[in-house]
Amino acid sequence: MAKGIKIRATAKKDSTTVKALMSHPMDTGLRKDKKTGKVIPAHFIQEVKCEHNGNAVLTALWGPAISKNPYLSFKFKGGNKGDSIKISWVDNKGESASQEAQIR
Amino acid sequence: MIESRRTFLKGSMAGSAIAVAVGAGLLTPQSVLAAWPKEAFEAKGVDNAMSTLFGSKDSAASKDIKIKAPDIAENGAVVPVSITAAQSGIESISILAAANASPLCASFDMGANAEGYVSTRIKMGKTSKVIAVVKAGGKVYSASKDVKVTIGGCGG
Repeated sequence: MAKGIKIRATAKKDSTTVKALMSHPMDTGLRKDKKTGKVIPAHFIQEVKCEHNGNAVLTALWGPAISKNPYLSFKFKGGNKGDSIKISWVDNKGESASQEAQIR
Repeated sequence: MIESRRTFLKGSMAGSAIAVAVGAGLLTPQSVLAAWPKEAFEAKGVDNAMSTLFGSKDSAASKDIKIKAPDIAENGAVVPVSITAAQSGIESISILAAANASPLCASFDMGANAEGYVSTRIKMGKTSKVIAVVKAGGKVYSASKDVKVTIGGCGG
């Protein structure tokens, strides 16, 4: 589960809150390896797509200034219990991950 | 004499064609992420980042934008930031940390059903303003909050 995404989505009245935790080093390309003294190349998530029942709700465009193991939370209208939430990301090295969860 | 000039020209033409092909080849990984505004994320200074992202560095200060961030962040590597915007028809919410080498941290494109709320954690190089920029109905609004960063974690 090195590339897992944890998702919690809860519906309250007509508003759904989604919280997600991703696992990623988010290297800025500025930090040096303490042992070798070499610069660690930039490695960060560039795009996170959030879908509700297949419809895009939010697209996050990120730079390297997002913290390691990024956290993302957002709200949207019109979600019901049991609906599917899909979150997927792509990083600057072309790696990707996606995860689906149900609204609770 | 003329012939050698011809071969020279041919040679240089071929060389430039290869250079173009290499350039195009290098660009292919980026084309997958065509939407990612590379220039805005690499822009130095808040004004440059704003101009690249929105086409203008100007924005209207708005009280409808609430930034929730700590007054003092003990660890600049993890600064929780939440932004709530009350405007209608929000198109995007962006987060900038003014003193970072590249101020633009994140930009969120909001879908039709999304509410004006995003929360994430950012890295901050040093004490500075955190700026929230909201684009709604074709207009750009902003609000900012000072966040003090203490490195070493002993408070301050």
